[in-house]
Amino acid sequence: MKQYEYLAKGALREHGIPIPPGRLVNSPEDAYEAVEAIGPAALKAQVLVGGRGKAGGIRFANTPEEARETAKAMLGMDLKGYTVERLYAEGKLDIEREFYISVTTDRNKKVPLVMASLAGGVEIEDVDDSQIVRQWVDPRVGVLPYFGRELAQRLGLEGVLAREFADLVVKLYQIYREKDAELVEINPLAVVDGHLVAADARLNVDDSALFRHKNLELIDEGSEIEQKVHKIGLAFVELDGDIAIMANGAGMAMATVDAIQYFGGKPANFLDAGGGASVEPTAQALDVLVSMNPKVIFVNIFGGITRCDDVAKAILQVKNTTGIPVPLVVRLVGTNEKEGVRLLEEAGISAYSDMAPAAERAVELAGEGRS
Amino acid sequence: MAVLLTKNSKILVQGITGNQGRFHTKQMLAYGSQVVGGISPGKSGETVEGVPVFDTVEKAVQQTGADASIVFVPAPFAKDAAFEAMENGIKLLVMIPEHIPVKDSIDITTRAQELGVTVIGPNTFGIISPGEQTKMGIMPNHIYKPGPIGVVARSGTLSYEIAFSLTNGGFGQTTVVGMGGDPVVGQTFISVLHHFKDDPDTEGVVMVGEIGGSAEEEAAEYLKNFGKPVVAYLAGRAAPPGKRMGHAGAIIERGRGTLESKEKALTAAGAQVVTMPWQVVDALKELMARR
Repeated sequence: MKQYEYLAKGALREHGIPIPPGRLVNSPEDAYEAVEAIGPAALKAQVLVGGRGKAGGIRFANTPEEARETAKAMLGMDLKGYTVERLYAEGKLDIEREFYISVTTDRNKKVPLVMASLAGGVEIEDVDDSQIVRQWVDPRVGVLPYFGRELAQRLGLEGVLAREFADLVVKLYQIYREKDAELVEINPLAVVDGHLVAADARLNVDDSALFRHKNLELIDEGSEIEQKVHKIGLAFVELDGDIAIMANGAGMAMATVDAIQYFGGKPANFLDAGGGASVEPTAQALDVLVSMNPKVIFVNIFGGITRCDDVAKAILQVKNTTGIPVPLVVRLVGTNEKEGVRLLEEAGISAYSDMAPAAERAVELAGEGRS
Repeated sequence: MAVLLTKNSKILVQGITGNQGRFHTKQMLAYGSQVVGGISPGKSGETVEGVPVFDTVEKAVQQTGADASIVFVPAPFAKDAAFEAMENGIKLLVMIPEHIPVKDSIDITTRAQELGVTVIGPNTFGIISPGEQTKMGIMPNHIYKPGPIGVVARSGTLSYEIAFSLTNGGFGQTTVVGMGGDPVVGQTFISVLHHFKDDPDTEGVVMVGEIGGSAEEEAAEYLKNFGKPVVAYLAGRAAPPGKRMGHAGAIIERGRGTLESKEKALTAAGAQVVTMPWQVVDALKELMARR
C-alpha cells in the first residue's frame, strides 16, 4: 500500500531524518497559515499518481495570499482521475546536489537491499548501473553505522556528508523494518547548505502486514469498480476490453486473460475468485462483472478446492436474481464437475471442459477475434 | 522416485483443528501421506481423522519422530509456527497461508538456511510426489499420476490445469512443487531444478512461471547446463505494468518482471516456452521424442 508523501515524510521525521519544513493543508486557510509560518512554499497535491508535477499537481506560492488562492484552485481538482483532497505545503529548498537512497527487498536473495547513488533527482531506473551502489543486509544483523560508513565510502562521500549519510542509512533501515515497508525511498536526497535533507520520499507498506499497522489509513488506489471487488475480498484488476473474466486462482486468472487476448479478444478485467471460493463471494463477483456491461462473460474454473457445483449455484443465483443479460461462456472441470454441469444444463447453460475452445467461443461471441 | 518429499516423510499438520487443517488432513491421508500428528495449542489429547493432536511441535516430534510439517495457521501466526517447527528439528516445512508479511518470510527463510530446512511456500499449494503416493498440500488428489516429469510452479490452480493435462497426455509426474505466489519464498526455480537434475527418474521438467521478480531469468542461467528437456509456460502475457495480478509477487514494477524478459532468457537457455497452457503437452512430447 503506497503512502501519501506527507505520511512518508512523517515517518522520516519520526526517525530523525531531516525533511524540509512542511504542513498538511486541508483548506485554503490552512495554506495561508502554512506559508505564513514557513515562507515561500510548494503546494503539492497528495495523490498517488506519478508525474503529478507535469499534471499541475505541484504549484508554488510566495505569499500567504497567493497560497490561499492556489489552494482554492487545487483542492477538489481532478488529477489523472483522482480528486485532490489534501495538499502538502513544503518550504522551497536551495538544492546544491541530489542523491538517491532506498531500502527494498531483494526477492531472489531474500534479504533487504540498500541502493544508493550520487545521481539522484531522476527515477532510479534511468540511472546508469555503474552509478548505483548496492549493499545487501543480513537481516539477523540489521544495519549498523559501519554499514552506512561503508556505503558512503563506496559512493565517494567525505566529511560531514559521509557522517550524515551513514546515520541516515541506519534510520532508513529502521523505518523499513518498523513499517513493514516494501520500499522506502528518498529521491532526491538533497544537499542544502552542505547538509542532507530528504526532499521527496516514497513509502510503500506491505499489504500483508497491515494487521500490524492498524493506525494506518487504508488507501485503495484502485478504480471505483476495483475498490468494490476488493471489498468482497477478491483480487481484481480493471482492463480496457469488453470480455469480462472470472477464474479461480491468480495464475489461472492471468492465463485466462492471456487466452482471451491470444484468440484476438479484449479482456475487460482480471478477477481471481479465489482458490476455494464458496457460492456467495462468487455470486457477488459475478454481479460486478454483469454491472460492467461487457459483451461476453467468460467463467473459467478448474475446480481443485473450488467445487464446480458451488460455481454453478453462484451462476444460477445471479441469473435468477439480477439476471445475466449478455452471453455467458462457462468452462467447468474438476471437483463435483458432473453435478455442476448438470445444474447449468438444467438452466440451459452448456459448459465446456477444455479451456481453449471455451476462450475461443467467448471471443467469437464478442464479435472479436483474428479471422 | 521423487524429490524432497518421499513416502518415508513423517508429517505434522500445524493448525490441524481448523477447517482447512481438518479438511486437508483427511485428503492427505486419503492420498497416502504419512500424517503422524497435528498441532493445536490447548487441544492435546484430541484426534483429527485418527491423527493425535499435540500442544507443541516439541512434544509431537518426541512422540512421533516427525521430520516434516505443513502449516495451516492464519498468516499473523505463521512466523511463530514456522520457527517452532524449525527449532524442533523439522527439515521439510510447507507454508500454505497467503498474506504472510514479507518481513516474516525473510526471517523464516534466513533461519531455514542456517538450519538446513527446506521451506516450500509461503502462499503455496504445497508439494506432491505421485510415485510415492504422498503429498503435503491442498492440491486435488485425482489429477496426478506417477511418471517421469518434474513440475515446478509459482501458482496453484494453473499448475493443476497443467498437471492434469500432463496426466491426460500420458505424462505422469515424479514430484510437483509449488514455489508459492509471494515475493519472498523458500524455493527458487533453481533450487527445485537442482533436485530434478539429480533425480534419475525425472526425465523432463515443466516450469510454470509468471510475471514479477526475476526467478525465471535466474533459472535460465542455470538451465544452460541442465541436460533434460524443459517446457515453460509463463502467465501474465496480457498483464498491465504496475498492477498486482492476484499474487503478491505477480507485478511488473518499474519495468522489471516482464514476461518478455523471462521468455527471452528461458528461450536463450534452450527451454521451450509455450504461449498457452494447453500447448505444454505437445511441446513436451516433441522435446522428449527428440532426446
